[in-house]
Amino acid sequence: MPQFDPSSFPSQLFWLAVCFAVLYALMSRVALPRIAEVLTERQRRVDNDRDRAAQLRNEAEAAIQAYERALAEARIQAHGIAKSADEDIARLVHTRTKEVAERLAVQVKGGEDRIAAARDAALTQVRDIAADAAQAMVSRLVGVSVDGSKALDAVGVAIQERG
Amino acid sequence: MASPVHQFEIHPLIPIQMGGVDVSFTNSALFMVLAVVASYVFLVLGMGGRSLVPGRWQSLAEVTYEFVANMVRDNVGKEGARYFPFIFTLFMFVTLGNILGMMPYGFTYTSHIAVTGALALTVFIGVTIIGFARHGLHFLRMFFPHGAPILTAPILIPIELISYLSRPFSLSVRLFANMTVGHIMLKVLAGFIVTVPLLLGIVPLAATIGITILEFGIAFLQAYVFTILSCIYLNDAINMH
Repeated sequence: MPQFDPSSFPSQLFWLAVCFAVLYALMSRVALPRIAEVLTERQRRVDNDRDRAAQLRNEAEAAIQAYERALAEARIQAHGIAKSADEDIARLVHTRTKEVAERLAVQVKGGEDRIAAARDAALTQVRDIAADAAQAMVSRLVGVSVDGSKALDAVGVAIQERG
Repeated sequence: MASPVHQFEIHPLIPIQMGGVDVSFTNSALFMVLAVVASYVFLVLGMGGRSLVPGRWQSLAEVTYEFVANMVRDNVGKEGARYFPFIFTLFMFVTLGNILGMMPYGFTYTSHIAVTGALALTVFIGVTIIGFARHGLHFLRMFFPHGAPILTAPILIPIELISYLSRPFSLSVRLFANMTVGHIMLKVLAGFIVTVPLLLGIVPLAATIGITILEFGIAFLQAYVFTILSCIYLNDAINMH
């Protein structure tokens, strides 16, 4: 077999050394750094993109949180406004009711006073009329003229007796 | 018809004498140069675009790179990175030697014991130097496993020593024998196609096709085995076992 012919060994070993050395130089100086550069650049880009995606997601979450917080605040505020409006209305209703009630009370009292005065006046007139009537009846029946004040006293006594 | 071993003959293309030694540029040397050129074209021109999104050739170049890089990382660890260019060169040189040898009229320089032996010895001597450089005389602990009873030393040490010293032989003979036998088998089978009566020739033809496919597989596999064993030896020297 030609493999065991030592005469070809020097040439084989010489060219093996030359070719292997050249290949090693080409690989270590040119090919491998070039590939490694592309691979690391790609890795860097992928990592970058992933980082940015994570950052954007965080920002989106923050925005959602802020929005929800604002919403909650607005809701609380709206609630407060509604409550104070309710209270204002209630207060207004209360004061108005009170005012009206007071005015009504004054008017009612005035009316009552007027009624009382009219009744008193009427009562006094009734007494005078009764006294006049009694004076007239006595002078007609008995023919005696009775003094006006006496007749009034007698009417007062009669009214008193009858209650 | 040519003998099955004719394909392994080395003949000078450009006769060169250097100091009385014959270093002629031979068919073997031609294919070594072709391997270097092919590696350069494949890896450097293939990466020409340096695209972020690789094309076919760039993908293949990157896959080759990562394949060897992972092999070194998995078998040697982080400290193997220093020797990655050497391991990668070894892988490319052996792979292309095997593959170029499968081409018609090709010559398989890896089917020569002188070449595989020189590569294996380079790995062996290199690894031994790295081992002693890193661990000093402590590297000799390699030959006596931790925890073994001291009484077993007279048996264990010679066994470990022999297994260590036989590494370059097994490494070189494995590659050389696989390549040589594969090519002889193909030649013999292909010879049958023309020597047997016409129609029966289909049988060795089918076998030849099958074996050719198998040989392509073996070309990659043996390059892989050569490289990964080199990695394992390197790991022994760097991390001890």
